[in-house]
Amino acid sequence: MSAVIDKADIASYAIRWGDDALILSHRLAEWCADAPELEEDMALMNLALDLVGQARTLYTYAGELEGRGRDEDAIAFTREEREYKNALLVEQPNEDFAYAVTRQFLYDAFSLPFYQALASSKDATLAALGEKAAKEVRYHVKHSADWVVRLGDGTDESHRRMQTAIDELWTYTGELFVNDDLDRRMIAAGIGVDLTALKDSWNETVNAVLKEATLVRPADGWMATGGREGRHSEYMGYLLADLQYMQRAYPNMKW
Amino acid sequence: MYTQGLDIPKGDKSIPVEQGDSPEAVRFQARIDADEKIEPKDWMPEGYRKTLIRQISQHAHSEVIGMQPEGNWITRAPTLRRKAILMAKVQDEGGHGLYLYSAAETLGVSRDELVDQLLDGSAKYSSIFNYPTLTWADIGAIGWLVDGAAIMNQIPLCRCSYGPYARAMIRICKEESFHQRQGYELMLSLSRGTAEQKAMMQDAFDRWWWPALMMFGPHDTKGGAEGMKSQHSEQSMKWRIKRVSNDELRQKFVDVTVPQAEYLGLKVPDPYLKWNAATSHYDFGPIDWDEFKNVLAGNGPCNKKRLKVRREAHERGAWVREAAMAYAAKKAKRQAA
Amino acid sequence: MSRKEWPLYEVFIRSRNGLNHMHVGSVHAPDPKMALENARDAYTRRGEGVSIWVVESNAIAASDPGEKASLFEPLAEKVYRHPTFYDIPDEVKNI
Repeated sequence: MSAVIDKADIASYAIRWGDDALILSHRLAEWCADAPELEEDMALMNLALDLVGQARTLYTYAGELEGRGRDEDAIAFTREEREYKNALLVEQPNEDFAYAVTRQFLYDAFSLPFYQALASSKDATLAALGEKAAKEVRYHVKHSADWVVRLGDGTDESHRRMQTAIDELWTYTGELFVNDDLDRRMIAAGIGVDLTALKDSWNETVNAVLKEATLVRPADGWMATGGREGRHSEYMGYLLADLQYMQRAYPNMKW
Repeated sequence: MYTQGLDIPKGDKSIPVEQGDSPEAVRFQARIDADEKIEPKDWMPEGYRKTLIRQISQHAHSEVIGMQPEGNWITRAPTLRRKAILMAKVQDEGGHGLYLYSAAETLGVSRDELVDQLLDGSAKYSSIFNYPTLTWADIGAIGWLVDGAAIMNQIPLCRCSYGPYARAMIRICKEESFHQRQGYELMLSLSRGTAEQKAMMQDAFDRWWWPALMMFGPHDTKGGAEGMKSQHSEQSMKWRIKRVSNDELRQKFVDVTVPQAEYLGLKVPDPYLKWNAATSHYDFGPIDWDEFKNVLAGNGPCNKKRLKVRREAHERGAWVREAAMAYAAKKAKRQAA
Repeated sequence: MSRKEWPLYEVFIRSRNGLNHMHVGSVHAPDPKMALENARDAYTRRGEGVSIWVVESNAIAASDPGEKASLFEPLAEKVYRHPTFYDIPDEVKNI
């Protein structure tokens, strides 16, 4: 292993992806008993459960690497907002079902090639997770892409709502493909995934689906960033207040 | 889950009490008596069909409404393990609602009609879900007590005379076997925790104990003022739609639950509760039927909220359901062209 | 608000290879693709299946239970279709 990579780096890397999974699952779980049809309620919960599972694997592994005695829950529930490194896209709120579907699709189209690439990581734990998660996400992207097409090419109202969601969420997609220092070190060590290299695959998926959905791909203008450095949107604080409530109100207890 | 408390009230004229003397009715009853299953397109008395539609759909509505009080804690669950368990559990409730709507639909009624009845308030669901989940311990109490009571009620329904209902119940019982256990395990962790956790547990138990006993419905082994033994419930027994009386199930529930509560170090909120060696059962105090009737009549702490949330979700989803149909129609047309 | 509900699909699941698909229930879906996904999400949450069929409920032609007597009872007396109808001495093996 390269000298510049230490265990703490791999731990930070694992936490970052765990944060994406946890925060997205939180947004999905907010649909509980609120989906447009009972069948879809079950589908959304299945996606959320897969994501919670991925987060648990990543946090547990990070805790082991750190060797400071933090378990998955200490990492999931007791950090400060600035310590969460998820992409801004996944924390965006459920304005309506069109937002939820679009957010999911834009992220799934990224995370499928991401986890497929992670499956060849030199880190055995991350590679195993990559292989497992890729299987799960392959289903997620199918489900979310189907919805994008259905709603994009459904009624005038659904088309309008979908185009609005895509236009507004587009600005959060650029961040997904930016390599920062940590990424570059992890790539050099053969552990991490080159995020810029995922862009072609993402473009291909997104273009094909948007075309079938009769939706217009927004121009790649200014892109919001900050999530990977822990600078979040105003929505994040409320999300964490909800997520962390029990651990903050009743610290250091077993549940 | 939860049909026991939803018996047809005395004087309800919407479901006919069958005379049962036509040749078809005699043959039908003979099949039931021989423990044969009745299947969807078989001849059946109108009262049998209507009773089943009502019971199965109310059972389905209960599952669907039941997602709300527990779903209330998914985003706030204290650990990732508990979060995943709760998500899977609430998802199961949705699945059970789906299986049950599916069974009801075999009787010639559409899901839309059933959902309309729920949303306009004409169909009932189990009153237990009109109580709020105020703390994390309520999630344990629901799993342990409410699901425990439900399982007790549901196991006999696996032998119900109507095939699709019985099959749905078998599937549901199999899946629900983890629901009660996870609830009790959650309570166990509180019982081994801090003073705050123990207090939280006792408070939840105090609030859920009596509503759980009410889940079994009014007394039905005796008539009179507080009983509800009616022609309808006798008929349901005869048709093997219902197989055990409310009172028997309630007693069984008390008998198995009290020792479990003691193991957790809980005090049962009933001064009359005591073991009766002569009957080998626990004696327990009178149930507050005024509260039961009041909640059933719509005055529980959450009745309005539960229906409002369901109605709003349904309305907000309308454009999605409509768009999906419009897309399917477009696609079919393109394929035909 | 639209009152047109999604069509009903019957769901059949093969629990493992070597077994027939079995009817397990139904789901609502706007189209067959979604019906498959909904069936997967509702009926295979505990790994109950390796293959799913869905078919629109109104596409199924079913026999009339009222004709059960004429359809199935005459077959009960044709016992010569069953191997136990034939007496073979015990000493004769492998038959």
